[in-house]
Order: sequence, then C-alpha cells, then structure tokens
Amino acid sequence: MLNHDILVVGGGLTGLRAAVGLCDRYNVGLVSKVYPVRSHSIAAQGGINAALTNNPDSRDDSWEKHTFDTIKGSDYLGDQNAIEIMCKEAIKIVYEMEHWGCPFSRFSDGTIAQRPFGGAGYPRTCYSADVTGHSLLNTLYERAVAKGVKIYPEWFVAALCIEDGQCHGIIAQDTHTGELIPVRSKCTFFGTGGYGRVYKHSTNALINTGSGIGMAYKAGVPLKDMEFVQFHPTTLVGTNILMTEGCRGEGGYLFNNQGERFMKRYAPSAMELAPRDIVARSIQTEINQGRGFEHPLGTYIQLDLRHLGENKIIERLPGIRSICIDFIGIDPVREPIPIMPSQHYSMGGIDVNERTASEIKGFYAGGECACVSVHGANRLGGNSLLETIVFGKLASIAIQEDLEKDNLKPNEKPLKMLKDAVLKKIERLTQPGGEKPYIISAELGAVMDEKVGIFRTHDEMSQALEKVIELKNRYKNVSVSSAIHYMNYELQSAIELEYMLDVAHAITLGAILRKESRGAHYRLEFTKRNDNDWLKHTIARMGDDGDPVLSYKDVVITRYQPMERKY
Amino acid sequence: MIRSSYFTFKILRYDAKNPSREPYFQSYHIKVLPGLTVLGVINRIRDEIDGSLAFRCSCRSAICGSCAMVINGKIDLACRTQVATFGSDTIILEPLPNFEVIRDLVVDMTPFWDMYEKIQPFLIRKSPDPEKEIYQSEEDRRKIDQFVNCILCACCYGACPVIADEPGYLGPAAAAKLERFVLDSRDERPAEALEQVNTPKGVWACDTVFRCIDACPKDVRPTDAIIGLRKALVKNRYNRILGLNKK
Ligand SMILES: Cc1cc2nc3c(=O)[nH]c(=O)nc-3n(C[C@H](O)[C@H](O)[C@H](O)COP(=O)(O)OP(=O)(O)OC[C@H]3O[C@@H](n4cnc5c(N)ncnc54)[C@H](O)[C@@H]3O)c2cc1C
Repeated sequence: MLNHDILVVGGGLTGLRAAVGLCDRYNVGLVSKVYPVRSHSIAAQGGINAALTNNPDSRDDSWEKHTFDTIKGSDYLGDQNAIEIMCKEAIKIVYEMEHWGCPFSRFSDGTIAQRPFGGAGYPRTCYSADVTGHSLLNTLYERAVAKGVKIYPEWFVAALCIEDGQCHGIIAQDTHTGELIPVRSKCTFFGTGGYGRVYKHSTNALINTGSGIGMAYKAGVPLKDMEFVQFHPTTLVGTNILMTEGCRGEGGYLFNNQGERFMKRYAPSAMELAPRDIVARSIQTEINQGRGFEHPLGTYIQLDLRHLGENKIIERLPGIRSICIDFIGIDPVREPIPIMPSQHYSMGGIDVNERTASEIKGFYAGGECACVSVHGANRLGGNSLLETIVFGKLASIAIQEDLEKDNLKPNEKPLKMLKDAVLKKIERLTQPGGEKPYIISAELGAVMDEKVGIFRTHDEMSQALEKVIELKNRYKNVSVSSAIHYMNYELQSAIELEYMLDVAHAITLGAILRKESRGAHYRLEFTKRNDNDWLKHTIARMGDDGDPVLSYKDVVITRYQPMERKY
Repeated sequence: MIRSSYFTFKILRYDAKNPSREPYFQSYHIKVLPGLTVLGVINRIRDEIDGSLAFRCSCRSAICGSCAMVINGKIDLACRTQVATFGSDTIILEPLPNFEVIRDLVVDMTPFWDMYEKIQPFLIRKSPDPEKEIYQSEEDRRKIDQFVNCILCACCYGACPVIADEPGYLGPAAAAKLERFVLDSRDERPAEALEQVNTPKGVWACDTVFRCIDACPKDVRPTDAIIGLRKALVKNRYNRILGLNKK
C-alpha cells in the first residue's frame, strides 16, 4: 500500500496545477494513465479567457464583463458566485502562467495577444498561436518538474474508495507491471477530464472516456447537469479533429452549398461568433435541410479562411493548416475546410462547489470532469482552459485549508477490500468466451450520437435509454482477448467501459427529464427555456440497482437575473 | 465513392517479460478505407482482431506525441500517417529505435525523460515577477517558435545515429528544449547552466547529420538548437577569459 497526504489523479492542466500548488507543503502523488504531456489538455487550440485589456478593442473590458458574458453564455444555469471567482482569478492565473514561462503570442507592444471568441463582448482570449493547450500544459509540466512533483506516469486508476462518507484513496494499476496498487490518501483530487468518447464522433482524445466521472459516481459521489453536452460547430469531416473557434475569431466564414453566409439568418449581429450551441444548431439545420455538401465521410459545411490570406493563416493558425494538410489533404490557404459539428465538451460532471469540494470528505474534483458549475448549459470557448487552471489552483488552497482544520484518517481496510473487488473484476473480464468490449463501446457511441445529440426528442432519447440499459446488461458478459494484466490496453478499456455506460445512462436520463431547451440541451418538443420549472441543476446519484436517481438543486444567482439570450 | 480495400499490417511483436520468445512479425489482414490513418488501423486491429497488441495513443491529431513508431522504415506518428500514402498494400510497423522495447510498439521512454529533466526544462528567473506580464517583443517570441512546437514524441531521439552508438548522449529533443529557454528573452539562467551540456556526451557529440530534422513531425530543427548551444558555449568561454560574464 502506497501512502500520500494528497493524491492527484490526472496529469492534465487541472491535476498539474493542483499538485504544483500543494507539493511544497505536503507529500503529494500524481497518478496519470498517460505521461502528463499526453493528456487531452495538450490538444486545446484557441486560447484562454482573461480580461487583460491588451487588445486595442478591449480597453474597457473587465472581469465583471467577462462574468456577465459567461453567465449569459451558460443560459443562466451557471452558478454566479463561482463564475465571478473564476473571471476574477483569470487575470492572475494568466499572468502567473506567463511568469512560469508560457509562450503566449504577443502584440506589437510586447503584451499577451488576445483574439475575439464566440459569445464574448470583447476580444479577451489569450493565445499561443493555435496551440494554446500545448503551450500551457508544457509550461505546467515544466513547473511540476522544477518543483519535483512525484508523478506516477502510466498508472491507470481503476476504482475510487469511499466508505462512511469519507474518501480513503484509489486502486491503481501500474500499466507496465499490471500490479494493482492501493493508494491511501487523506485527500484525493480528480482532474480526470471529460467523457467525449461516450460519443462516436468527438473532438476529444481517444483516452477521454470519462472513467474518472464514472468511478466517482459509482463510489457514491453525485454528478451534476450531465445532460449538457457541448457539440462544437466546426470539426473536420471524417476524423472530427477540432478546427478551433479561433478560425472564426480570426475572421473565418461559414458557407452552405448556396454560397450563403447562413449565420445571418440565425445570429444576425454575432454571425459566426455566436456561442457554440447556436452555431452548431445552425450548421446542423443547414445540413438537415439539404444545404450541405456531400462527402463520402459525411455531409459538411464550408469553413472558409482564404480571405484571411496566407500570412495570417501561417502566423495565427499554423496548427490548423497542418492538420488540414495531414488529415484531409486540403490547404486552407487555397480551399475551404469541410466541417461538421461533433461532441466536444462535457459541461456536466462530478458535483463540486466553488472550492472543488464534493459532499464526500476528502474527495475533490476540478476541470472538465467536474461541474462547479461555471459553464451551466453552454461553455464559452476559452473558458475551459481557464477553469482547469483556476480550479486546480483553488483546489490546492481548499485542500490545504481542510487539512489544517481536519485530521483525516483514511483507512486501509476498505482499500484492501476494493482491491480484491477490482481483481475479481479483472479475472472476470479475462475469462474467455464473452462479447468483445469494442462492440459495446461502438454501439454506445453510435446511439449517443444519433439519439442524444444536438437535436433531442423524447422518443429518440427513450430508445437511447433502452439501448444503454441493454448494453449495460451485455457488459456483464464481455471478455478481452488476453489474460495478462500488464500492458493490456484492451483490459483497461474494458474496465473503463463500465464507467462509460454509467455516464451515458446519467446523460440520457437527465436529458429525457429536462423538458425545456437551454444552452446545448435542445428539445424539439420544448424549444424554449423554461425558468419557472427548470432553472435548476440536475443531480444524479447511482441507486442501489446501478441506475441513476435524479434530484434537483438551485442555481446560485447573485447579480444577474435571467434574461432572454440574443446574439 | 471511396472504396475500402485489404491491407496487410506486419507488426513487430515482442514482450520484454517473456524474453525467451524472440521478436517476430505478426501479420494482420484488414479491410480499410484508404482515408484511414495507421493509428486508426491498429486501433481496429486491437479492437476487432487481437486485443493483446500494445501501442500508445491519445489525441489522434498529431499533438500529444504518443504514437511515434517506424512505419515502412520511416519514423513518424502513426496518427498522422495515412495508410494510402505508401502506394503498397503492405505496411510494416516497428517500435521506435534507440529505446528498449517493453511490449510490441511500446518502448521504455525513461532515458528520454531523464535527459529532458536534466537540462532544467523550465523558465529560470532572477528578477522579481512584474505585476502584469513580462514584456516580450513579437520578434523575440518568434525566436523560440520552432522549439516551442516540440511535442516530445521522441521521433528525433529514435532517428539519431549518435544515440545508437553513444547511450547517455543528450539527444536532440533535450537540446531543443534547452535552446527554447536559452533563446527566450525572459529566461535568466546563468551562463554556467549551459556547462552541463558542454561535454563529449553533450552538444559536442552531435554529428550534424540532420536525421532529427527529417524525422520531426512538427518541423522543429533540433540541429539548429545544438549549433546555437555550441555557439553560446564558445561565446561564454571567451567572455569568461575576458572576464565579461554577467554575474
Ligand atoms: C480539441 C480541443 C480543443 C480545445 N480547445 C480549447 C480552447 O482553445 N480553450 C479552452 O478553454 N478549452 C479548450 N478545450 C477544452 C479543454 O482543452 C479541456 O476542457 C481541458 O484541457 C481539460 O483539462 P483537464 O485537466 O480537466 O483534463 P485532461 O487534460 O483531459 O486530463 C485528464 C487527465 O486525467 C488522467 N486520467 C483520466 N482518467 C484516468 C484514469 N482512469 N486513471 C488515471 N488517470 C486518468 C489522464 O491521464 C489525464 O492526465 C478544447 C478541447 C478539445 C477537445
């Protein structure tokens, strides 16, 4: 048994920032199923929001305006106290990342460059070309190396240990040896990222299964607002690799097959820079009504950058250009990019407060796996990178406060029992003869895409629910091809599949019950937001039978009363 | 209409925990759309045919650096290599050279990370932090551009002929990382910080045959870094002799 004061799961921006904030005072261990720099944060492109007022067009921007844009963008489901904290902290953490070496792009006066992003009143998205996640994650990893954070790379967490309302630690598997290692800790922090791969078409890394969310849920931590799934408007047809909102921020246009900039019909003043939920629905409507272009890999809309000119594309969007050349053989300097919407971000997640604390003693979560909630029903571009670093930092402060206050004594016994349970599970999964796990994950992805997507109906979602329940039953009989425990990636995926099914179940049930349209959750039968009945968070707990049991919780409103959302 | 066709993937298999079994090629026949990437195919092989196949992957969009390997003799990322580019229906996959193989296409990256950590891969400052950002001109920012783009995939390390002969050599990626900081107008590392690469196994070991540049999937030129570091070391030496080094 391994012991740490604090155990951080996740080597993305959230986990690293939390560990960096705690490692000077405590014995911290950081576990990640991939080397930290392979985490999904690396892929973020467009930028991180903070009201620095560097852009000549943003001189009278402020953190308050950032707060308002975020609340409005969230379709008023975000908790306003938490959003205020995040937008105020934004300025500090962007400077801090810069001081730690983050190579932000610059304006000619030497300040951090900022570009316009969707749903924002001012250009406040700080960026490092179009590889902002790469620059931030490398910087934080460098910081972790400088501080000597103890990292366990390629350790896969298989289960979270909670008993008697307290978290005792986790069960990890060292991928290299296959050994199961219980890790006991006073405080456990999850920065395990989103669940994009519950959907078949997603911009997310292949490792984004949402297993952290699922294992917290299974261990008894409630989930919040799971039905709110962001679909990004512009992803490359076929592979669904993201074409950052920065493409539109830099001035890119969207065209249908009539050669029309159709956004004028949906968001006449914001046009291409309306928030994501609105642009994604507009694109999907164009496609559904026959105004898309046909391609063997799917119907698409054009994202046209050509008028920006070669220099601007090379300077500001070099990563986008090379992705287009490598993955679809198109140079955006010369041709429009074929794009379609696809799953992109998990607004919902582990229910935590603005200190990243859950209702379980000693268990905390932040970043994309968590739901504070700062994004409400729709996240604004550039606010997620912000959330990871802000709440990684705030977690380190909250955990320290709690450790100073409470003398938490995690127990070995429940960890030992959980280890046996995981071992039993592995033994079952490695029995030959069952169904292959990928068949189940493929069917899951397909049904979530088709029936719990951008446009939702009761009937389709009920079919999806039935399917998820069927897949959960079939899961009891899956088996992997090899019985060895080390370097067995199929086995790890099979363990994660159980959690993915639970996550999908919570998303689907939450979506069926929410009879309104708000942000990314759009119901064809209830196309309006309904604040009287639904201005509230969905809370999902796993019942004894493994099915979600839903309840609701108030939204925190401080200064901004809900208004109609127009762009 | 794009039509799918059969490909043969020959993959070098080995398990360091079972060393009595020599490395061997295993063939998989699989029907794929030509638009698919090598990573797309090996994921399908693992899912549908042989779950025991070991390889790393994460982002599938050429930014996380997980899936470097040898593809038909050329080092590259599996995720950005289209199966159709070879004009052949046989594709041979081998693990990255210059590393110990753990299993199949997974290599032990420890020596790579050790070198990375050794060069102090972080911004070093002596001045107190300003309240806002540390100013940097666009021109200064441009100087570090190519080195910032390094994704630590180790393609260069695998391609480097010097590492093959001289284990313990610094290697191209660590040199590029060091140069990224040396060239950063905000970095204030003392001149002596470069001394650790001023050794026969440091920057002087490079044969400047540019294999690293050919292998880099992100257009980083590690040789530029090595030449830059050598120049800085020579300059430091003269400054030292002349008593000009900044304290
Ligand atoms: C393509 C793309 C572009 C984006 N661009 C932007 C942008 O421009 N601006 C913006 O604000 N946001 C952007 N986002 C969103 C943003 O990048 C993510 O929300 C954010 O990086 C998530 O960070 P994280 O720290 O929460 O999780 P991640 O970076 O996903 O890290 C999760 C970590 O948890 C570990 N982990 C997970 N499960 C386990 C397990 N079972 N055992 C052990 N370890 C585990 C993983 O190894 C990993 O280290 C983008 C997202 C995508 C998909």
